[in-house]
Amino acid sequence: MLFGLHWNLSSNWAFAASIVPILLHGLVVTVEATVLGFLLALTLGLLLALLRTVPLKLIAWPVAFVIEFVRDTPLLVQLYFLYFVLPDFGITMPAFLTGTIALGVQYSAYTSEVYRAGLEAVPRGQWEAARALNLTTLRTYRDVIVPQAIPRIVPAMANYLISIMKDTPILSAVTVMEMLNVARIIGDRTFRYMIPLTMVGILFLIFTLLSSMAVRYLESRLPRQGIPLK
Amino acid sequence: MDTLSKLLPSLLQGLEVTVWITLASTLIGALLSFAAGIAKISRSRVLRLLAGLYIEVFRGTSLLVQLFWLYYALPVIGLRLSPEVAGVAGLSLNIGAYGAEVVRGAILAVDPGQYEAATALNFTPRQSLWRILLPQAVVEMMPTFANLAIQNLKDSALVSLISLVDLTFKAEQLRNLTLETVPILGLTLLLYFVLALLIASGMRFLERRLALAAGREGTR
Amino acid sequence: MTPLVRFDNVTKRFGDLVVLDRFDFDVFPSEKVVLMGPSGSGKSTVLRILMTLEDIQDGVVYIDGEPLWHERRGGRLLPAGEAHLRRMREHVGMVFQHFNLFPNMTVLRNITEAPVHVLGISRADAVARAEELLEMVGMADKRDSYPAQLSGGQKQRAAIARAMAMRPRVLMFDEPTSALDPEMVGGVLQVMEQLAEEHDLTMIVVTHEMGFARDVADRVCFFDRGRVIEQGSPDEIFSRPSEERTRQFLRSVLKEA
Repeated sequence: MLFGLHWNLSSNWAFAASIVPILLHGLVVTVEATVLGFLLALTLGLLLALLRTVPLKLIAWPVAFVIEFVRDTPLLVQLYFLYFVLPDFGITMPAFLTGTIALGVQYSAYTSEVYRAGLEAVPRGQWEAARALNLTTLRTYRDVIVPQAIPRIVPAMANYLISIMKDTPILSAVTVMEMLNVARIIGDRTFRYMIPLTMVGILFLIFTLLSSMAVRYLESRLPRQGIPLK
Repeated sequence: MDTLSKLLPSLLQGLEVTVWITLASTLIGALLSFAAGIAKISRSRVLRLLAGLYIEVFRGTSLLVQLFWLYYALPVIGLRLSPEVAGVAGLSLNIGAYGAEVVRGAILAVDPGQYEAATALNFTPRQSLWRILLPQAVVEMMPTFANLAIQNLKDSALVSLISLVDLTFKAEQLRNLTLETVPILGLTLLLYFVLALLIASGMRFLERRLALAAGREGTR
Repeated sequence: MTPLVRFDNVTKRFGDLVVLDRFDFDVFPSEKVVLMGPSGSGKSTVLRILMTLEDIQDGVVYIDGEPLWHERRGGRLLPAGEAHLRRMREHVGMVFQHFNLFPNMTVLRNITEAPVHVLGISRADAVARAEELLEMVGMADKRDSYPAQLSGGQKQRAAIARAMAMRPRVLMFDEPTSALDPEMVGGVLQVMEQLAEEHDLTMIVVTHEMGFARDVADRVCFFDRGRVIEQGSPDEIFSRPSEERTRQFLRSVLKEA
């Protein structure tokens, strides 16, 4: 029994059918962690990207180093670090939150790069034209640069969203009850691993394929020249 | 610092395991990438389908799920893999699937004029692929392959969750034992970082050598 | 005399666009034919079809009496398989507008690669032949250079040597000098003229170089919208064109020169 639900061991199909609701509990956690982690990655990534453009080398360089460090080290070890170190500093939070933060931090290193590359891809001439027309920096970003950067940024970010989802099982290492953890526990208790694990694999596959289709659709709907402003 | 000197030998043992799993799985993964990438552009529909299936399944599911499946689920049908075999297999299959797209893309990105010249000289399609297209495509692949190699290094930490005694496993073990979280995990992160930098520079070296061989640099 | 190359009622479509429409064309052994005309008129397509780089939707192409894109089987003409195409390709060679040398091989290797691996010639023999050809195109000192180190004219001359190494009966040139800086055009044309004189080679050349056509061509064919609207000796075409379209084209080419 898990989450108050029982499984049926009478046959393989009965077993599979009976654990679906249980796995769905895990799926909910998976989705929550994915979405929250993604939102954190988007915000933190933007902050990091902006910090890197600061002309002060004292700020830009350490930020660049931190981004590189986070990008080149395993998520699992970063997760352990946060999970065991934060309490030492008096910060206690549910494992789910720690896991989400770890996901957000790791992926912010990637998203900051996407922001940077997306902005850089906007032709230099656009900046120059905006300056020639004496537009303020804020307006330049808002009406000229960002709308043109978005068509390149959105698909890349969407792909990272899919990647985050595939990384959520790592959170099982710190007891977060996402899909893989749930499947493993079912296996531990019933000694039948094949069915739960295969079903989780299939669920991931379905999600990934659906998301990829959604991203492709999104890509086709975003005009290449930028978001049209009337 | 004293604690570190006592912990270091143990961590280094784990490091050794991490290094060899990463190397083994990256090499095997590279072979799989070429096999699947080339199969995906072959004229045989069956090959294309098989390659496509492999790529979609291993890119579309989580690596940890794949590792768990290899380690926990396979025994059910009588195939009991050791953590080492399951770990290397899982990592190889995973990076192989991602790499396959890179290989395919790079081959298709070669100037179509090259293929036309090869056809005009009456090379068979297989000869064109191996003698003309691949040597040029390989150079294009290197930067992305470098990223995949580093990703593989990071992914290798997951094998600690199927009881493979790698660097992460050792680190967790030590932390559990001594409760010296910051030094141990900090040092572990640093070791991974150094390894990543080594891989990056190794790949850059390889890329330069290949570019020379492919006649790109124009000076010999 | 039976034609070496014959296009019989050939139709070639790219999607909805009909490039060649019931097209007839003959080339005779040892003939040097120049194809001229505005872009999109189908001249390059003719070469590419002959080189098996493009297929045809209707009609038959013959090389020395044998169908190119079809095989005779049990008295019927069926679409050609790869093996048949490979056999037919032995008769034809091509020099491309953008050279298409293999960047990862030296000039020598570019020239010997196909003879060794396609024709099965020993490496020693292939190298000997390659050195002869390099001598002929004036590139003997560049045998160990890589394409990236060569100028456009040198690349094209190497490409000509590479094509000749396969001993084709018909050598085709698809705008061989269009991608070259003006100073290098002469060198390449000179090699092509040499080829025309010294060898018993059939040449089909798509070019705008009228001087070359005048000196070398036995026949000039003027293309417009997928058909040959006028053909004759260079003298006839250049001095006394009968079609208005031909006159228009010649005027515009002369204006550039």
